[in-house]
Amino acid sequence: MGRRNKLTLIGIILLVAFAACVMLIDKIDLPLIGERDGMRLGLDLQGGTNLIYEADFSDIPSGERSARLSETKRIIERRVDALGVTEPVIQTMGNDRISIQLPGVTDIEKAKDLVGQTAILEFWEQTGISDAATEAVGAGDTQIVVNNAGSFSVGDIITIGLWQHPWSEDDDEALTDARTIADIALDTNTLTLDSALTRDYNPGEEGWVQGWTPAAGTLNGEAKPLTGTYLKDSYPDLRGQTNEPVVVFEWDSDGAELFSQITGRLINNPLGIVLDNELISAPTVESQISDQGVITGLDIEQAKRLSIQLDTGALPVPLELVREQTVDATLGEDSLDKSLIAGIVGLALVLAFMIIYYRLPGVLASLALLIYTAFLLAIFKMVPVTLTLAGIAALILSIGMAVDANILIFERTKEELRAGRGLKAAIEAGFDRAWPSIRDSNVSTFITCAILYWFGNEFGAAPVMGFALTLFIGVAVSMFTAIIVTRTFLRLISLTPVAKRVGLFRP
Amino acid sequence: MLDFVGKRKWYFLFSALVILVGVVSLIAFGLKGGIEFTSGSTMTVDFEQTVEQADLRDEMANLGHDDAIIQRTGEGDFLIRTRELEPEVRDPETGEVITPAERDMIEEALEQRFGTLTVLDFSSVSPIVATEIGRNAAIAVIVATVGILLYITWAFRRLVKPLRFGVCAIVALIHDVLVVLGTFALLGGIMGIEIDAMFITGALTVIGYSVHDTIVVFDRIRENMAKRAGKNLEETINNSILETLGRSLNTSLTVLFVLLALFLFGGATIQNFVLVLIIGVTTGTYSSVCIAAQLLIVWEKREIPRLLRRLLPRRALLREA
Repeated sequence: MGRRNKLTLIGIILLVAFAACVMLIDKIDLPLIGERDGMRLGLDLQGGTNLIYEADFSDIPSGERSARLSETKRIIERRVDALGVTEPVIQTMGNDRISIQLPGVTDIEKAKDLVGQTAILEFWEQTGISDAATEAVGAGDTQIVVNNAGSFSVGDIITIGLWQHPWSEDDDEALTDARTIADIALDTNTLTLDSALTRDYNPGEEGWVQGWTPAAGTLNGEAKPLTGTYLKDSYPDLRGQTNEPVVVFEWDSDGAELFSQITGRLINNPLGIVLDNELISAPTVESQISDQGVITGLDIEQAKRLSIQLDTGALPVPLELVREQTVDATLGEDSLDKSLIAGIVGLALVLAFMIIYYRLPGVLASLALLIYTAFLLAIFKMVPVTLTLAGIAALILSIGMAVDANILIFERTKEELRAGRGLKAAIEAGFDRAWPSIRDSNVSTFITCAILYWFGNEFGAAPVMGFALTLFIGVAVSMFTAIIVTRTFLRLISLTPVAKRVGLFRP
Repeated sequence: MLDFVGKRKWYFLFSALVILVGVVSLIAFGLKGGIEFTSGSTMTVDFEQTVEQADLRDEMANLGHDDAIIQRTGEGDFLIRTRELEPEVRDPETGEVITPAERDMIEEALEQRFGTLTVLDFSSVSPIVATEIGRNAAIAVIVATVGILLYITWAFRRLVKPLRFGVCAIVALIHDVLVVLGTFALLGGIMGIEIDAMFITGALTVIGYSVHDTIVVFDRIRENMAKRAGKNLEETINNSILETLGRSLNTSLTVLFVLLALFLFGGATIQNFVLVLIIGVTTGTYSSVCIAAQLLIVWEKREIPRLLRRLLPRRALLREA
């Protein structure tokens, strides 16, 4: 018995040490969990904008709806990425809503513009090409080292990565960030970009860096870039011997004129097809064409969706803004400070009460409660839960509720002591008898948390979901600390001479 | 030994009075729904200079918002509530702004008249969402109630009449929800406190807490019944209440401690939410001891039919007179 308790104690100490490390280290990188830097704060705590859009599915067959919604989400993600917002959260809620959280952005109109803008089709011609950096580049970087910087010029748009596989949903390397070159250092072969990259690349041997510029022609003596505004129609089709899915697009007369000039000039060169500032395909021009073109390198679903996007010039499904909120950063900070104070005061009150009322077991329960708080904070740092004001309220509430299990156990132990049992037996009986109550009563809280989470998700209320999730995690962790931790402490203490002084256990 | 069970009439009477006041308030004032229920926009504005509420109201009326509700918050900011503000309208071809967003127009006008200001938060809800919240809240409460009823019936399945435990816990839960709703109807009528999605969250949490508390008492009744302690049901239940009273009070106290800390120091944003929880935890503790457990006896002794029999002839007499 003693040996097992000591092992449990060592386990607890290791867990506490681990939790302490997680809390102290700014940036953590764990196997399974991945890299996280700090707790993610909700908009109500750091300021920012939250927009909730509802998709209008009235013209869309029900089988296609969820695919359209996730495609819309992906496009919005891309647009938000381009804006350079730090840690945006874009998620679908219920089955027809998309919530967009933009920390730090308090200009609602700018944010709305960004989401509501139409898909822009552009064509780029290549200006330079070089083997990519042999070193990996990642989010936040503004410089890339290439093998031949001389082939680029300032103002070029560059794309990096394995662009031969466009439109792949799961292959990040194929999704290319487009950035403009702000400066070139020939001696170090370094390109400086106008804004930081938002994705990680590790191009290795296969990668390329390509320079581009919008492909333009002349109309009535004026230089005009070719864009989607000259598009007359587009439709998905199957072409060639392999029945390859393509999107066919047709130009109006001005577009046909520009397209013929550009394709004539670019024979045997690649023509970049760009949607929403992202290079989706770069076929080599084989002959001069005017009124019609095809986009290749897609699967059937992608071809269908792209064609819809090009036709309507918009997102795959019309969106309506149903809810918006902005919180000023100062208000957020203020709320965070206030809830921290409330948490500390609440914790202190509970600790004082437990120690005064339950004496030595109270001290042990307080210790367990502190361990509980540390665990909880560490969990929130590791799990990607956004901490909102409501979440903090749940966290603080769960501190009050976490001692319930201990109170149940101690009351039971006192009864057993009164009934004349020895201390060790009383402690064991206290735990055993209190267990059904602890289990049954917490299940009812779990049921409510699950329903609250559903309600929040259905309604698009992130605070409600945050509250439910936090309370759920809190109650679950509290069952562990109040039972395993306190029990081990009590058992170990009951082996020491302190246990002779029953007065410490029974006021 | 304290006799809890013998005084059950008084608890029921007390609860009935509290709920009566609540129901009267609900009928008289109704619950004041925030923008999440009725749709509309709210903004909290912090002016650098001192601004009179009447002047602000005047300026809002000039802007065509004479129905705006303006309140001064505890921190001296102003809460302005209007109908849903229109977003900016642009020419679809050129992208030029035809009419600017109403929110921007209001901000500019207020800045011109009252000097520098900060919009601390802004929130807008469209009618599409607003019509749903009431329905979803009702569904959530019903699903929670049924889920808990089923769970308790299952947890107490070894006893002779497990459904009774579930039903009595649910009655106590409805009691608690009514007290919370009644209190907020009263507060809404007197102080203009509005309810929002967080209110519903609070109410659902109260449901969870109320049952959590009731189960601990029921659990002891279950244990004592199995041990056949006590001469009869009344004594068994009375003993069970007494044995769990220390725990019930202490747990509620610790929870109330943290809630009080949140209420006093947590800031205005969540004050109403915390108030729901404070009221709910208090009534939840009361109802576990004084309503749920007592109802088990009332049911066993068939006191309700007896009460009705005693009341009905009297009413019949009144009608004749």
